Amino acid sequence: MNQTFDFTVVDSIIDGLGCKQSAIIAILQGIQEQYRYLPREVFPYLAKRLGISEARIYSTATFYENFSLEPKGKFVIKVCDGTACHVRKSIPILERLRKDLGLSDKKVTTEDLGFTVETVSCLGACGLAPVITVNDKVYPAMTPDKATELLNALKEEL
Amino acid sequence: MLKTRDDLINVRSIYGKSLELQTKKILVCAGTGCVSSGALEIFDLLTSLLIDKKVPCSVELQKEPHDASVGMKKSGCHGFCEMGPLVRIEPQGWLYTKVQIDDCEEIIEKTILAGEHIERLAYQKEGNVYKKQDDIPFYKGQTRMVLDHCGQIDATSIKEYFAIGGYTAFEKALYEMTPDHIINEISESNLRGRGGGGFPAGRKWSQVKRQKELQKYVVCNGDEGDPGAFMDRSIMEGDPHRMLEGMMIAGLACGASEGYIYVRAEYPMAVSRLKAAIEQATEYGLLGENILGTSFNFKLHINRGAGAFVCGEGSALTASIEGKRGMPRVKPPRTVEQGLFDKPTVLNNVETYANVPLIITNGADWYKHIGPENSPGTKAFALTGNIENTGLIEVPMGTTLKEVIFDVGGGMREGKKFKAVQIGGPSGGCLTNEHMDLPLDFDSLKKAGAMIGSGGLVVMDENTCMVEVARFFMNFTQNESCGKCVPCREGTKRMLAILERIVEGKGEEGDIELLLELADTISSTALCGLGKSAAFPVVSTIKYFRDEYEAHIFEKRCPTGNCQKL
Repeated sequence: MNQTFDFTVVDSIIDGLGCKQSAIIAILQGIQEQYRYLPREVFPYLAKRLGISEARIYSTATFYENFSLEPKGKFVIKVCDGTACHVRKSIPILERLRKDLGLSDKKVTTEDLGFTVETVSCLGACGLAPVITVNDKVYPAMTPDKATELLNALKEEL
Repeated sequence: MLKTRDDLINVRSIYGKSLELQTKKILVCAGTGCVSSGALEIFDLLTSLLIDKKVPCSVELQKEPHDASVGMKKSGCHGFCEMGPLVRIEPQGWLYTKVQIDDCEEIIEKTILAGEHIERLAYQKEGNVYKKQDDIPFYKGQTRMVLDHCGQIDATSIKEYFAIGGYTAFEKALYEMTPDHIINEISESNLRGRGGGGFPAGRKWSQVKRQKELQKYVVCNGDEGDPGAFMDRSIMEGDPHRMLEGMMIAGLACGASEGYIYVRAEYPMAVSRLKAAIEQATEYGLLGENILGTSFNFKLHINRGAGAFVCGEGSALTASIEGKRGMPRVKPPRTVEQGLFDKPTVLNNVETYANVPLIITNGADWYKHIGPENSPGTKAFALTGNIENTGLIEVPMGTTLKEVIFDVGGGMREGKKFKAVQIGGPSGGCLTNEHMDLPLDFDSLKKAGAMIGSGGLVVMDENTCMVEVARFFMNFTQNESCGKCVPCREGTKRMLAILERIVEGKGEEGDIELLLELADTISSTALCGLGKSAAFPVVSTIKYFRDEYEAHIFEKRCPTGNCQKL
């Protein structure tokens, strides 16, 4: 284990939300927002501070789709594949993004930790289908070509 | 800080007058859709243009208002997301669509300063120019009751909500009604849960009130997970105080002093608007202890979901708030007896709570006159798919499918033929041409083998392959199955495997029968609503489009040409 992990960030998240078992999901969300994933070091630490077993925290973290135990890219691209986006052809957009970045449904993050591409069931912006989001910013009425364009612009910011 | 009833009445009258003085208003839609199309930049530019031109304007209602200043407001979702960014001009009631940065100067110069209409920004269809928002066919066919504030007021300010009579229902419930009286009114109105089940809200409340436990909870289900549904998102973003007011009245009626709002993580804007609304209400003393000088205490918390569809199910949702895996449990005991933290819990969805202030203010008799007797009130639907006007609509319960799709929705896109509409998301079924005159309400839909669900209506044209649609939904449900009970965990996997085989041209004789058998088993043995309804889309597509299944299986052909492997 990494001995030099700095827990002050984790501590301030716990203090902000209250050191209680029911806050575990919110605490994990806070940690993931900071690190873009859940570093393994936090599990034993949280278990000790909250007084619950590591297994219990791990079971919660692995149940919810939003938590990731692997580092995510700087830009997390979510392609909406809800019904409305699906019938307006969201899959070709997903395929283009994966092709451009050399990703697949198994390998979701690029080697340089620049991009993560995942699908999401519905973002509630169905009127603008198909949509994708990049770090929670919504991009409406996408096409595969617009997606390539967006990627090129984002690569400049890496 | 408001300490008495008079304080509340007073603050309403101050801001009411302030709002009246704003003869000119610019309401920029700040819903998720319009924001993604650049609405906030437009809001900022319009405001700074007004300041540059020395036109008095205010972005928030003032206690001592300037005479006739222009009110700049970030409104909630108008529901017409496709035409966004939307800008509404008051007092004329004009709606400008697809407004761009370059249009801002002209809007200020011509419309605000000279009172002229800019035709190019108005909604146009088939040669008609619609100046006023209310004249646009999309709005004309609607009855906006729950959504009436969305797009009409500043969604980010409690002052604006006060100005239009906000928290009047809460005030009435707090000072003039006993808990039993409130519950009677809700029961009498026959308000049924808008989350899909249609369970009478009044009955739920009275069951919670009856429990002897001292600690009770009010929980709001804002985990709108059905793909293709965004009614609750629009309410949370566009009129958060109305929903809070509904929850406060529920707390008062059931004797709960704490409430939780569970919102999907995919709705960051809803979360921030609700947070702000709770802070404002707390600041004014509408939440907290000894509210308005009475003995009523009420606090609200927000919990963000973490991406699990099953958390829309009651017992999974409460487990998630407790910080556990969001898995449903065996019932009884039911949520009204042992819900959140094992205490009696009222669990309703966003739209249900948003109906409550209307009923308390106007009375159950008024409410019962809207829609059919057994399902009174209105219902918000999200119209999406291959339809001309996609967006959020609200119509009285019992409106027919035809009216919704052709009058409000404007018919099919690109003149294609209507094929089916999927209602109720992955737990629902499809309706076809033969259901055009079917009234959309809880009971009629149930009879037709579909369900109202939360209100997602995905319209599909002749080019949609129904087997692929069934596969899509099964893939979704299988992904979201929590894995606790065998019928759902294994059954959905098997059904998905068969459907995948069929769309790949490897279907075999007997597959349809096997699908139906599996569907029957899962529906009768699964633990929760997600599992019980998982097979509905398959059963309903087989019922109405069996010939498409057969073409895939026996002729190895996809009639719509969608399945590429065939």
